[in-house]
Amino acid sequence: MIPSETPTAMTNRGQCWFDALSTEMRSIPTPVASLQAAEGELGAHPCHLLLVKPDPDNLYPRARQGEVGLLEGWGLAQHLNTLIEADATQFETTASTNSRITRRTIVALVDVPSQAYGRREEALGIHQALAAAAGAYARARQAGHPVIALLVGKAMSGAFLAHGYQANAILALNDPGVLIHAMGKAAAARITQRSEEDLDRLAATIPPMAYDLKSYASLGLLHELLDVDNADQPSDQDVRQVKHALEAAQAHIMAQQDRGLSHRLAGKNRHASREVRAQLRAQWRTP
Amino acid sequence: MPSKHSVGVSMPVKKYVHFADLNARQRARQLLDEGSFHELLGPFDRLMSPWLTQQDIVSQSDDGVVIAQGCIDGKPTVIAAIEGGFQGGSLGEVAGAKIAGALELALEDNLAGIPTAAVLILETGGVRLQEANLGLAAIAEIQSAIVALREHQPVIGIITGPVGCFGGMSIAAGLCSYLLMTREGRLGLNGPQVIEQEAGIEEYNAQDKPFIWGISGGLQRYQTGFVDACTGEDLDAVREAVITVRQQGIPEHHRSDRWEHFLALLHTLDPAETMDAAVAKAMLTRTSAEDDTATGAQS
Amino acid sequence: MNTFTLTLSAQERASSALLTPTQVGCVASGDLEVMVEPHRHPASEQAVINIQSSGSSSAERWTHIFQLISQQQPLPPMRMDIHDFAATPGVVRLRIEQALEMAQSSMTQPSVNQPNTPQEGPDHAI
Repeated sequence: MIPSETPTAMTNRGQCWFDALSTEMRSIPTPVASLQAAEGELGAHPCHLLLVKPDPDNLYPRARQGEVGLLEGWGLAQHLNTLIEADATQFETTASTNSRITRRTIVALVDVPSQAYGRREEALGIHQALAAAAGAYARARQAGHPVIALLVGKAMSGAFLAHGYQANAILALNDPGVLIHAMGKAAAARITQRSEEDLDRLAATIPPMAYDLKSYASLGLLHELLDVDNADQPSDQDVRQVKHALEAAQAHIMAQQDRGLSHRLAGKNRHASREVRAQLRAQWRTP
Repeated sequence: MPSKHSVGVSMPVKKYVHFADLNARQRARQLLDEGSFHELLGPFDRLMSPWLTQQDIVSQSDDGVVIAQGCIDGKPTVIAAIEGGFQGGSLGEVAGAKIAGALELALEDNLAGIPTAAVLILETGGVRLQEANLGLAAIAEIQSAIVALREHQPVIGIITGPVGCFGGMSIAAGLCSYLLMTREGRLGLNGPQVIEQEAGIEEYNAQDKPFIWGISGGLQRYQTGFVDACTGEDLDAVREAVITVRQQGIPEHHRSDRWEHFLALLHTLDPAETMDAAVAKAMLTRTSAEDDTATGAQS
Repeated sequence: MNTFTLTLSAQERASSALLTPTQVGCVASGDLEVMVEPHRHPASEQAVINIQSSGSSSAERWTHIFQLISQQQPLPPMRMDIHDFAATPGVVRLRIEQALEMAQSSMTQPSVNQPNTPQEGPDHAI
């Protein structure tokens, strides 16, 4: 037996915010215990809230602390695709009657410390599990579901790609506990053979390497940063404010025609991303 | 692209070309029908990383990604080939935007009635840590573009070369309509060193090459259902495999939509058993996973 | 990283106008990328060489390498860009000579490249 991990950094922000935001929602079953879902309304629009959370009894020990692992990836895929199909069917059967049925909004509540690192994970194809989840979110967005990612804690690398990064709009609490990055600082230092102090020094002038939210915001990938009083234990006012922000983001998304991610390209530190696309377009050959 | 050339498979003299030994530009050129290669944002456009120079790191003129339009078997195709030699094939802002932008333009082609397919030659470690968050963002955009394009025309991934395909781009590989590997290719989410650091050497020994090759090599990934073909390193074999899957059109079910199959199999894990290539193969090739219980201790 | 620009007088006869833009090599460990192209202004008679090098190399080292090369073959008026990732002098000469030969051969297509010398890349997360 592989000994189970000591729950040192067991995170609970995701759960706190899920509970706070879902008080008037009903609980929805999910394919695996590390996913939690609830459904209700956001504004007057049907909304589905989805959380990846720690499961101390996870069959896969490397995914017991809220990591996105094999079961989480495939579970998200099943859960989301079932939702997409259900709404597509409903859409088809009711569209002709001109009723006001619309595709549900999906809110991905993000507090994921990492993808699962492990022997079983690699051998059993965790890359494919995460692809399934990322693909399901992308499909949902492209099918017309407003998809919002709400970042209340960590949003790390592969875990974030699988759970949240495909959203139409990314909202984040403006709090030091919210961390968006490709790799934790200690590991990144080891891999790039630099010291953590070096990384801090570089991050001060290289915004994409920085670990702070202000630098991240300069990349233009965030829809909104939300100031709250208590990110760990949200007050009623915090919850109201976040709900308002979610509603506003939903309205914003529904007013857009584009279901892609091109709106993320406007950031002041994404000049090269725009330039590459402009030049590719200029050189592209069409018969 | 008009099909001016229909050379392809019936070249008069055939020479053995080892696909993995070619650099990214040669791989792209050789996969396309002869004479049809048109590179976009090539070396002389000098669109280089704005972030590496600031860190005192030498940049490459194409930022390690070759984008080329052309034809394969006479059909319009865009190829994105990642150069594994430059920064471990990692994707920063420019490299990532080149791939995402090419896929986005291929989608526009399709919406305008031009059936452009895409081939991604993936020799990559994933995000370039020196451009961390912009690499990650670009990979999310690549993934989005693959999911959109694969509804119209196949997106075909090819994994070859010593670096393998890891990180966020292994997730992108998992979204492709078809995925091909050469025997020398490797595919996995996390690099061995990172797993060892994060999980400990008891969990994963980055020096245990036979184990790592065993679980992530082309043949194993083929036998366990993660790729559609495992070819030799012969260029013609790779090209033939690309043409074959292209002819199959859009697959009825994408690999990333096989949650029922994989969830059932994953629940058959015996937690007491040490995972290796043989155990993974036995688990993933079970045909009747449905009758196993969620706690499944038998194997 | 060091950057240098060398300006060498090109040997006569060699014509910039006949150069095909050519790129060889890769910025991989122990290797380098060399790009050769004609000057925008055909009248220019110099070989302008822009060098980025990851090592602690000196301008003298690069000047010496080009002196050796120009003894073997005349340098055309051109713009050359070198992106060096700690290549040995032997590899440097090989790549530069490859680039010059291909740029001056009418048979080559632009941006033809030479095979990799594959290296194990750094281990990245995601």
